[in-house]
Amino acid sequence: MKIFVCVKHVPDTAASIKLAGDTGFEDSEIKFIASPYDEYGIEEAVSLVEKNGGEVVIVTVGKDDAVSTIRGAMAMGAHRAILVKTDSQFLDSSLTAKALKAAIEQDGAGDIIFTGKGSVDTESFQTQYRLAGLLEMPVVNEVSSLSLDDGKAVVEREIGSGEKEVIEMTLPCIIGADRGLNEPRYPKFPDIMKAKKKEIREIEFSSLDLDESNAMVEMEKLELVPERSGAKMIDGSVDDQAEQLVKILKQDEKVL
Amino acid sequence: MSNTGVLIEIDKGEVKDTSLGVLTAAAGEQIYALVLGDDAAKVKDKLALYGAEHIISITAPGDVAASPDLQAQAITAAIKEYDLKAVLGTASSTGKDLFARIAAVMDVSLVSDCVEIDITEKRAKKSHFSGKTFADLKINGDVFLCTIRPNSIEPAEAPAAGNIIEFKADVKDPGFIKIIETKKSSAEKLDLTEAPVIITGGRAIKAAENYKMLEECADLMGAAVGASRAAVDAGFAPHSMQVGQTGKTVSPKLYIACGVSGAVQHFAGMKTSKVIVAINEDKDAPIFGKCDYGIIGDIFEVVPALTSKLKE
Repeated sequence: MKIFVCVKHVPDTAASIKLAGDTGFEDSEIKFIASPYDEYGIEEAVSLVEKNGGEVVIVTVGKDDAVSTIRGAMAMGAHRAILVKTDSQFLDSSLTAKALKAAIEQDGAGDIIFTGKGSVDTESFQTQYRLAGLLEMPVVNEVSSLSLDDGKAVVEREIGSGEKEVIEMTLPCIIGADRGLNEPRYPKFPDIMKAKKKEIREIEFSSLDLDESNAMVEMEKLELVPERSGAKMIDGSVDDQAEQLVKILKQDEKVL
Repeated sequence: MSNTGVLIEIDKGEVKDTSLGVLTAAAGEQIYALVLGDDAAKVKDKLALYGAEHIISITAPGDVAASPDLQAQAITAAIKEYDLKAVLGTASSTGKDLFARIAAVMDVSLVSDCVEIDITEKRAKKSHFSGKTFADLKINGDVFLCTIRPNSIEPAEAPAAGNIIEFKADVKDPGFIKIIETKKSSAEKLDLTEAPVIITGGRAIKAAENYKMLEECADLMGAAVGASRAAVDAGFAPHSMQVGQTGKTVSPKLYIACGVSGAVQHFAGMKTSKVIVAINEDKDAPIFGKCDYGIIGDIFEVVPALTSKLKE
């Protein structure tokens, strides 16, 4: 099997974001990681290849620094990688999908393409669908269970309040991984060392004949969401506290 | 005024409240409510009351319910037929999925999970970096799609004609995917992402059966019950109840966190809630620094007291 995993290099979810200019953020001092949902995709791909043979190829569209995230995926067992290099902090989903398509087609078709269910930086939840449209492949997102059988994939996807859809899809296909699909492994030291020697092929975004000024969505302003300044504490006996809270929620805040 | 579509979500024959909020988001435009399947007549009055000038009842050949791709094709056909310039929907699991499919089919812009939308100016505001920042986006292209974060826009009545138009989409299923089964959850529960009020139990809940205490309180508020990652990891609650980074993003009017410490990853999933209340035994819990109202106390005393006050 040949399995691609699209991995996005994003700020650590615990990092605090500092703005830089009107539309950017300071990215030189914070830690970056693979977008957490992508890790479920990497784990699933690596376990499938361990079972069935084949190779796992990471595809990333990002800045030079994304190499650190790619090495992390390689330490989890991915065999090689393609990095489409761009200088942009925010590349819209449509252009990202086109870049991923170009990288995947240059490398040669695969059986499955994994992505995360969404990236935790721009939270747009659509790149995998656009990629599926471009490659004319089936796609299912938010997948928490997968089994392969007779050239088909059967997946489960949660649709809210614990309800799940069981979906049958033809191969090759695109699967957006969600928590529950597996438990991503922690790489061991020898795997981290081995990962350093694995091949990363670099492609310049500018060589792909895609026009960055053709974005469907443009960032005009990035602003910090104001933090709440701290709670108004409700004191008194338990009974008083409960009474005051209900009064505040009903009369002052009008949310009950 | 531009032709604006609003994809309506219907649950058990009733328009979901979140869809009414989306109709309100489109106020001032020529609104076409898009209804898949044959529920249009049932929901006509409600849609008209909240501003739908036209109601397009969309049907297509084949097993529409089993194929999200076919649904996307049928809606795309309606968007073209009625020359819709903007199409709005709810950022629910189904809404997010369907809109991304339509965006791919039509190759048009889609902004997901917006908290504000200006249809005329083609500008949207949405969360980036898990609720740490808001991005103001300019939307390009002749036609665009947008999903709205549930509860971010309060529904307001705006009576309109609500004429039903039957539209039979002449489309074909690409046959890629098929929903073969829908597994219901054991209990009839409110969907977390769409609930107007949420009460969440953290690690301090101590055991799965103690969620009953929260459910009792939730029932009185029309609330859904959530869990923190710590509680899910400890096996007290299923992942489907998890709020936060690797769980659900929610934005209710009222969020009550019971025994939740308030990790950054938890806040990532609920930060845009209108009012946040924390109940925690530990006066130094980080959550008290980031919420609106706090009660220092044992959740096993405070929650039952709250429940009995709500009953009064």
